[in-house]
Amino acid sequence: MTAFFQSLGMSHDWAWFVATIASILLIALPVMITVAMMIYMDRKVWAAINLRRGPNVVGPFGLLQTFADAFKVILQETIIPSASNKGLFLIAPIVTFTVALLAWAVIPFNSGAVLADVNVGLLYIFAVSSLGVYGVVIAGWASNSKYPFFSAMRASAQMISYEVSIGFVIICVVLWAGTFNMNDIILAQKGHGLGIVNAYAFNLLLFPIWVVFFISSLAETARVPFDLTEAESELVAGYQTEYSSMSFALFWLGEYANILLMCFLNAILFFGGWLPPIDWEPLYLVPGWIWLFAKVFFMFFLFSWVMATVPRYRYDQLMRLGWKVFLPMSLIFVVVISGYLMATGHFV
Amino acid sequence: MIHVIAFYLFAVMTIASGAITILARNPVHSVLWLILAFFNAAGLMVLAGAEFIAMLLVIVYVGAVAVLFLFVVMMLDIDFTELRAGFIRNFPLGIAIALVLLAEIVLGVGAYRAGALELGTSDGSAAPAMGTTNIEAVGALLYGRYLFLFEVAGIILLVAMIGAIVLTHRQRSGVRGQNVSKQIARRPDEATVNVKPEVGKGVQL
Repeated sequence: MTAFFQSLGMSHDWAWFVATIASILLIALPVMITVAMMIYMDRKVWAAINLRRGPNVVGPFGLLQTFADAFKVILQETIIPSASNKGLFLIAPIVTFTVALLAWAVIPFNSGAVLADVNVGLLYIFAVSSLGVYGVVIAGWASNSKYPFFSAMRASAQMISYEVSIGFVIICVVLWAGTFNMNDIILAQKGHGLGIVNAYAFNLLLFPIWVVFFISSLAETARVPFDLTEAESELVAGYQTEYSSMSFALFWLGEYANILLMCFLNAILFFGGWLPPIDWEPLYLVPGWIWLFAKVFFMFFLFSWVMATVPRYRYDQLMRLGWKVFLPMSLIFVVVISGYLMATGHFV
Repeated sequence: MIHVIAFYLFAVMTIASGAITILARNPVHSVLWLILAFFNAAGLMVLAGAEFIAMLLVIVYVGAVAVLFLFVVMMLDIDFTELRAGFIRNFPLGIAIALVLLAEIVLGVGAYRAGALELGTSDGSAAPAMGTTNIEAVGALLYGRYLFLFEVAGIILLVAMIGAIVLTHRQRSGVRGQNVSKQIARRPDEATVNVKPEVGKGVQL
C-alpha cells in the first residue's frame, strides 16, 4: 500500500505513515463490524439451541439488533461511583478495548495481507493476549466494590493458569512449523494431513493439543463454561457491575474482539488459516480470506455451541483442569512431539 | 529520525514511570506505573533489534509477574500513617542504599565512558550472529554453546521451585477434598433411590 501512496506523489516516509494508518483502519473497522455481527450470531445460535427465535425485530432478520443495543448503551448516562478511583475506573475499559485491538497487527488475512509481518508474530500475540487481564483487574479494583473485586481476583488467577498451557500448545505448533511467523506457520500446514488436508489438526499428535488449545481459549476469553469472572449468580455482573454506558460498551466490544481473535488463532494455528481445507488446485481459486472467514465462523459456532449447552464450572474445578490436567498433558505433548520430530529427522 | 524520537519517547517514559513508581502514594498505582516502565523497556528492546527479548519481557514481566504483584498488592490493607511512622527509623538505611546506588551509577557511567566492554573472545566467535533471526541466534547459543550452563540454570530453578513448595506446603487433617474421578464415576442408580411411600408413612433414608 506504501507504493500506492507514493504514486500519489508522497515521499516514502509519508507514504509509509499514511499507508500504515490506512491499513490499521482497514483492519480495525471490519473487526468491529464483525464483532457486531458475531454478537448477533451468538444470540441466534443460542436461540436456535434453546428453540427460541432470537433477535428478529430490528432490521431484516434482526441483523441490526447489535447496533440498536450499542446506540442504546451509548446514549445512556455514564455513572462514576463516588467511592471509585476515578482515573483508573475510566482507564480500565480503554485498556481492555485497546489491548483487544492490538493483536490484530500480526494476523494474516490472506497471503501477504498482514499489517506487520514480524518474525515473532506468535510470541507477540501471546504477549498481547496476556495483557487482556489488566483491564479486568484494574476495573475490579478501581470500582471499590465487593463483587468486581472478587471478579478481578478470579480473572487474574484464571488467566495466568490457562496461559501456561496455551504457551506449551504454541510451542508444539512452533516445533512443527519451525517458525514464529504467522504466515510461515500457515504455509507449513500445506498438505500436512496425508498430503491432502491443509491443517495441523489433521494429525494424531497435534489434534489433542488443539483440543487443549480450544478449551484454554474458552478459559482465556472467560467464555462459558469458564465465565466465573462474570458469574451472575454469584457476582452480579462481575467486574462490569459498576460500569454503565460507553465504558460498559467498551468492555463488551473488547471481550468479543478477544473471542474473535481466539477464533482466528484456532483457525490459523490448527486449520491452515487462509489455505483451502483440501490441497486441491481449483480450491485455490477462491480468495484466501473467504476460507479463513469460513474457518473462523466454524470456530465461533463451536464457541456458541459450547455456551448454549455446557453449565458453568466451579472455581476449584477450573483450577484443577488448568493445573492438573492441561499443564501435565501439554508438557507431555511437548516432549512427545519434539521426540517424534527428532526421531523422524524433521530438524535437519 | 523516527528512531531518535522513538528512543527518547521510550527512554523518558521508562525513567518517568520508574520514578513515579517509587513516588506514588498508592501501592496499586505504583505497580501500574511499574508495568508501564516494563512496557517501555520492551519498546527500547525492540529499538535495539532484540525483538525476542522484548516479547519475553512483556510475556514474563508484564503478563505474569506484574499480574501476581498486582494480585498481592490489591489485597494489602495499608495504613498510610503507619507507613510514615517508620520514616525516621529507616532513614539511615535508606541513605545507605541511596549512596550505594549513587556509587553504582557513577561507576557505570565512568566505565561506559572508558570504552565498551570486550564481550566474548578475541576471534569474535561469541559476537552476535548477523543475518539470523533473534530466536535462532538465542537458540543456537543456548542449546549449543551454553547447553550445560542452561541445564544447570534449569536444575537450579527446579530445586528452588521444589524448595518453595516444600516450605509452604501444609498437610492439614480433616479437610474433605473432592475426588473428581469418583464423582464422575458415580451413576444415577447408586446415587438415587426410587421409593413409593405409602400415604402417611415417611421414608427410611
